Formats: sequence, C-alpha cells, structure tokens
Amino acid sequence: MGTQLILVGIFVVSAIIGYFLINNVPSLLHTPLMSGMNALSGITLMGAIIATAIALQSSNPFFSSVLGGVAIIVATVNVVGGFGITNRMLKMFKKKDKHHE
Amino acid sequence: MNNLVEFLNNDIAYYVISGVLALCVMFGIFLMSKVEKARLGNAISAVSVLLAVIITLVKHDILGAWALYLYLAIGAIIGIIITIKLKMIETPQLVALLNGFGGLASLIVGSYALFHIGADASIFGNVTANIAMQVGMLTFVGSLIASLKLARKINQKPVSLPHHSLILSVLLSLMAVLIIITPILSIPAWLVLILGVLLSGIFGLLFTLKIGGADMPIAISLLNSLSGVAGAISGLAIGDALLVSISGIVGASGLLLTQIMCKAMNRNLIDILLGKTSSKNVVQEAVKIDKQAQKENRDPFEVIKSAKNVIIIPGYGMAIAQAQYVVKELADFLKKNGASVKFAIHPVAGRMPGHMNVLLAEVDVDYDDLYDMETINPEFDTADVAIVIGANDVLNPSARDKEGTPIYGMPILNVDQSKEVFIFNFDLKPGYSGVNNSLYERQGIHFFLGNAKDTLSAFLLELKK
Repeated sequence: MGTQLILVGIFVVSAIIGYFLINNVPSLLHTPLMSGMNALSGITLMGAIIATAIALQSSNPFFSSVLGGVAIIVATVNVVGGFGITNRMLKMFKKKDKHHE
Repeated sequence: MNNLVEFLNNDIAYYVISGVLALCVMFGIFLMSKVEKARLGNAISAVSVLLAVIITLVKHDILGAWALYLYLAIGAIIGIIITIKLKMIETPQLVALLNGFGGLASLIVGSYALFHIGADASIFGNVTANIAMQVGMLTFVGSLIASLKLARKINQKPVSLPHHSLILSVLLSLMAVLIIITPILSIPAWLVLILGVLLSGIFGLLFTLKIGGADMPIAISLLNSLSGVAGAISGLAIGDALLVSISGIVGASGLLLTQIMCKAMNRNLIDILLGKTSSKNVVQEAVKIDKQAQKENRDPFEVIKSAKNVIIIPGYGMAIAQAQYVVKELADFLKKNGASVKFAIHPVAGRMPGHMNVLLAEVDVDYDDLYDMETINPEFDTADVAIVIGANDVLNPSARDKEGTPIYGMPILNVDQSKEVFIFNFDLKPGYSGVNNSLYERQGIHFFLGNAKDTLSAFLLELKK
C-alpha cells in the first residue's frame, strides 16, 4: 500500500508542477506545446515494453507479443513523430533581421 | 551489467532516477515558454524519453528480447517518415491521430494489467488497470474521429442523436460503475475488457461526433489531456514512478489548455463533455447588407494606401483557403508602404490551440508581429484598417450584447472599433455559431467575398497597379 500511496503522490505533485510550468507558455506556442505534450504522452511506451516483455515469456507468446507489439509500435510512432513534428514547427518560428527595415 | 540491473531494481535508486528524468522533462517544458529556447526544450524532453526507454530495458533485464527492438524500429521508422513527409496544413489531424496512438498504447497496457501482466492482483491494481483501459480506449476512438473530422474525411458538422446528453451521461455512469463493481463482484477480466472497451469506445465515438468545427480546439486539448491521464493511470497499475510522473505532467498540461480554450469561448467543460455544443441548429440565413452604407463607403484602395495602422485578423477560413502566403504578401506590401502591420490572434481561431500562429510562422511572418487578444484589443480604436481573413464568430459584436445566443459572453476581438474593416470571408452567412454578424450592418465595411486566396490575390494585384 505504501508504494501505491507514493505513486499517487507522485502523480499529484507532477500534475501540479506541470500545470504551473505550462501556464507560462505563451499562446503563440500553444500548438507546438500541445504537440510536444502529445509526444510525451507516448511515454506509455515504457509500460508497453514492460508488459510485452513479460507477455513474451508467457505460455502463449505469439498472441501476447502481437498485441504488445502493436502497443510498442504505436507508442513509438507517437513519441518519435510527436517530437519530430514539434521540432519542425518550432523551427518555423523566426525573428527576422530588422536591420534592412 | 548485473550490478546495474540490481541497482535499478532498488526502489530508492529507481525513484531517484525517475525524479531526475522527470525534472529534465520539466526543465524542457520550462524552456518552451521562450520561443528562442523552445527547440532546445523539446530536444531535452526527447532525450529524457529515450533515456527512460533504455532504463526500462535494462531495469527489467530485457535487453536481449530481440522482438522488442523490431517493434521499436518499426515505430521509429514510421515516426520519422511522418516527421519528414508532414505538410504543415495537416498538423491538426496528425496531432490528433498521434494522440490516439498514445491512447491505444495505454488501452493495451491497461488490458494487460487487467490480466495481471505487469500488475499485481490487488484492488488498486485492478481499479487502475480498468481506468487506464477505458480512458485509453476513449482517447483512441475520440482522437481518431477528431482526426477524421479535421482532415475533412467525415462531416465536420456536429452529429447528435435524440437525448444525446442523456446517453453520454448514462455511458459515463456505466463506465464508473464497471470500475467499482469489478473488484467487488470479481468479474472475470475478459468480460471487464469487453464491457469496458464497448462502453468507453461508444462514449468516445458519440462524444467526438457531437463536436463541431469551432468546438474542436476544446475537444483536441481535452483528448490530449486524457492521453496523459490514461498513461499516468497505466503507470499506477504497473507501479512505474517515471511513467506516472511524466504522464501526470501531460494530463495537467492538456487540462490547462482545455481550460484556456473554454474561457476563450465562454464555455463550461462539463457542457462540452456532455455534448452541448456552441452551434445552434438554425437555418443559416445570410445577413442583408445595407446597400446605402455600401454606396457611401470610401474607395477601399484609397483607404488602404493611406492607412498607417493595420491589423490583420486571420481565422479558419485562411487555413482552408491556404491564403496565408498571400496574407504575408499583403502584409509586406503594406509595410513597404509605411504602415505598421499587426496580426490579432484569437485564442480559438482555427481548429486547435495556436493554429493561426503556426500557419503564419510557416510563411515567415515575424512572431513579434503576432499579438494575442488581450494585447491587441486596446489598439483597434486607433487602427485605420482591420483586415479580416476568413474569421467570423471571434469578432461578432453580438457576443457582447445579444443575450441568449450561443456566443453571448465569449470574449471577442474588438474589430468593430476600427474605422474601416475589410472582410475577406467566403460569404455573408453566419459563422459556426449560427449567429449573424452584427458588424456587417455598419458603415465602413468593405466586402470581398469568395475563397480568401482568390479574393486577396485579386485585391493585391489591383493594389500594386
């Protein structure tokens, strides 16, 4: 029970800190922010890896590994694609040289 | 190597490592509050996630499971292809789709946990697995529908059944009941899985189908938040501190964005959740323009050539028409002509938070020229010309005084305070809310109706003569 309480505590604290951090992000960057958060939500990948690894050792490795494989693939797409798109978007936000004006 | 595995499996050590990685992610997000540092922040978050994956592989001593690498490689390759191939105009639907993928992963992790794979058989494990599974499914289905709507593969209009709100309330209650009674009645895991997937899937489907175009920013932010919540709860189920912490941040972020969007539309989150949209199902009748007022208008080309302060107001119409390139050209021309040009961005303009900013950044508009609503609103009364590109509800003065209309109370851009207003909208019909734009009846409004890209190009051509 102790561990579970700690985990719930971690959830609450992270959420509160996250809330305040994101409050500082200007509306200008809301799309990249959302896309970045989206990439981070792919962290479920960790869970998918753990569960699939355990399932691979089970009595029916084929069935379990296919489902787990889907989880790992989509979570990885989420993470890699998410961070990639965010980076591409942020690259577009430029300040132009003002000296010629 | 064995020492490392042992070290990582020490609870205290793992908490410390999780804490450090979570702090790195938080620092990355912190950097995103400044445009210049945002890319670095994004990179720091990305590296943190990579480290988290490596640590997971080492901790659970599964570095040798070759199948995992195959899956990871497939996912990474698809992710890279998406990054390279993406056209910026497709961003909203892609962000929604990727969000759904996160939900799908949580759904599967939650389902595994229901069968005690990765989770123990405690009540806590059972309840959290159940919630993760259901929220994951809801996020998956909801995001998929949202993505299809944004890609305009299915109708963007809200679809509602009779008693829509009631059905949604009942579904939501049944989902909660299922979570509570499962451990009490020891319902077999396979039955819980089927019921949970059905209930939350139908809820996700009906919920997003009811969301129409202009309510999309709220729905997208909410789904974004839910994908975080689903991840965090699946982390609780399998007892992983790092997963809980990072997903917790995502959940909070999405919730905050949702709140900002709701405030910008004067909407209540519960109303949205239960399917009350801001669209009135009325016959959309076009306003009649006062012909006399139109005749008394000054010549638009003279007006704009002598203008010193210009504010441009982009909306979803600019996105559909892909008019941002011409808009940039117009802004450059006006600047060369000696005018100051500012862009006024309403928080819910477009189909996702910050949509207009991304489109304008894509065509190299200096981000210092992009102003949010609070900053730009006091400047409209000194502006010589306001140029509206495919925007309607966000500048409709009825929001201030027409009580009972769906947009009443919604904060708007004070376009009506500028002397001359140029409207590059598709037609005179009301916007998504179905409320006629009372601004149109005034004098000093110049209409250029049609596809914004075409009308603007023609206007610009004439202007340059």
